[in-house]
Amino acid sequence: MGSYAGGMTDTQNTQSLINARGLGKTFAAKGGAVDAVSNLNLEVRRGELVAFLGPNGAGKTTTLRLLTTLLTPSSGEATVAGCSISRDPAGVRRRIGYIGQGNSAGHNQRVRDELLSQGAFYGLTRRDTAVRADELLESLDLGSLAHRQVIGLSGGQKRRLDIALGLIHRPELLFLDEPSTGLDPQSRANLWKHIVDLRDDFGTTIFLTTHYLDEADQLAERVLVMDHGEVIADDSPAALKSRLAGDRITVTFDSAADARAALRHTGGETSGAIVTLTAEAAAAGERAVPQLVRALDAAGLAPVAITHRQPTLDDVFLNLTGRSLREEGQSAPASNPQEVAA
Amino acid sequence: MITLTQTPPTSTPPRTGVATDTWNVLVRELRPVLRDPFSALFSLVQPLIFLGLFGPLLVASSGLPAGETLQWFVPGILVMVALFGTASTGANLLGEMQTGSHERTLVAPLSRSALLMGRALKEVVPLIVQGLVICLVSLPFGFTVSVPGLLLGFVLLAVFGIGFGALSYSVALACRGRDWMFWIIHQTVIFPLMILSGMLLPLDDAPGWMKVAAAVNPLSYVVQAERDLFAGSLGTPAVLGGFAAAVITAIIGLMVGIRGMRRA
Repeated sequence: MGSYAGGMTDTQNTQSLINARGLGKTFAAKGGAVDAVSNLNLEVRRGELVAFLGPNGAGKTTTLRLLTTLLTPSSGEATVAGCSISRDPAGVRRRIGYIGQGNSAGHNQRVRDELLSQGAFYGLTRRDTAVRADELLESLDLGSLAHRQVIGLSGGQKRRLDIALGLIHRPELLFLDEPSTGLDPQSRANLWKHIVDLRDDFGTTIFLTTHYLDEADQLAERVLVMDHGEVIADDSPAALKSRLAGDRITVTFDSAADARAALRHTGGETSGAIVTLTAEAAAAGERAVPQLVRALDAAGLAPVAITHRQPTLDDVFLNLTGRSLREEGQSAPASNPQEVAA
Repeated sequence: MITLTQTPPTSTPPRTGVATDTWNVLVRELRPVLRDPFSALFSLVQPLIFLGLFGPLLVASSGLPAGETLQWFVPGILVMVALFGTASTGANLLGEMQTGSHERTLVAPLSRSALLMGRALKEVVPLIVQGLVICLVSLPFGFTVSVPGLLLGFVLLAVFGIGFGALSYSVALACRGRDWMFWIIHQTVIFPLMILSGMLLPLDDAPGWMKVAAAVNPLSYVVQAERDLFAGSLGTPAVLGGFAAAVITAIIGLMVGIRGMRRA
């Protein structure tokens, strides 16, 4: 397996591959203009694996489409892989890979043919394209499907072909838009492995959008949380959870009266017979549980169950916005806004 | 277990020109046709039905020999093939817009004009194959054709087909997410164009308003030019008129189409 991350200098390793300043996009919609993305400042360094997390309609895909030159910004500017998205969109396109939400191979095309065409689009020689296509077909377990029509592939196979198409020219920066949407758990796990391999083994810088909490949590070393077109948090998943959520301890009693009585000793919130300790109260994590048991025992209160859990990125989003990302993610707004000229 | 392998990276992909991009798009579009050439022959069913069922009616009603009637009718059938084939081609783009295929090509470093021109040029190949088959089928029934006229006739059809195909792509780009709208426009435009071109029935005895409508229909000039070319009359005013109409259609189609592709 070839690796080229190790061959990079420190300067290259810390080089900024995405740099956005005041980036904004406004769409015309019924009832007035909508700021899909507003005043976005963002820097992604070479070799980072960054997840853009937020509910449907938060502005993730619009941001991605701005950075990949599919949309022109209404305000601000961004440099991607050293090229301006406004002044040199062709330069950006030559340097990036893009794997969109939909299946990107033509349905009536053969699998290998589509890879050959994609290589030609990026100016690779016929020989290099053929070598690269066979290499990707083999590594993504598509070798036996090389001469099959795309329309006959399963969802997971099509997704692997999407990855191959996005990688044919060995991009230094790869954008993935909700890569695992619609995949079964096994295909999703496979996809995650491919993404991590790309970063770890080849030093590819990866920028992905997702509304799956576990995807951002497990894959990314850095998470940007977006809501209503603005980035509202930017840190590692662990730091975000530690700083903005804290551990959760839930104490269940036989009755709501006991739960209310316990509240005086534990803090937190009650809901029926359940007490949920706030982030601050549960900050000590699992070490707080024995102290809690002793305090309740001293007060003559006997809990039925005590559970402790690590915070999730949903807790982070809840603390930031007062809404649950899980619920938001399930109610995607169905709109077809019109672009407002920059 | 699947493991990604990757040869060492090359430098940034080189810049490519519009001609190279157009060629690469054309090759991509043609590959499915070359892999499965019978699919192109299936689109012959409609013109062959017209030839087989409408032809005898024309022969009977005109009272002229079959060969003479086919001499008038076959060029019209070829223009009909070009019209129907290229007018529907935007539907392919609609399909690619619904998946992510079109979006992928927009992120690739291809010029927008090449994306349109490569697709439009692709329509020429099946058009010529179908035209040859129809001519060959008609030969045993007394149809004759001038070879230089046939070649020029195909050039004329190709120019018109590129323009009309580009217009079909423009409509598809404008109807993104609304397939029904594309087909309404398709049906609304294609049948008046066909009937008012005189490709199936002569317009000599048509009412005055139909003659006026036919005079502004570029297809009328293409049909008339094809009839002259197939008869071996290569330099007539009708031929010049046909080429002028096809070139104007191509210029307008490509201009509108490239503009639409740049905004896509």
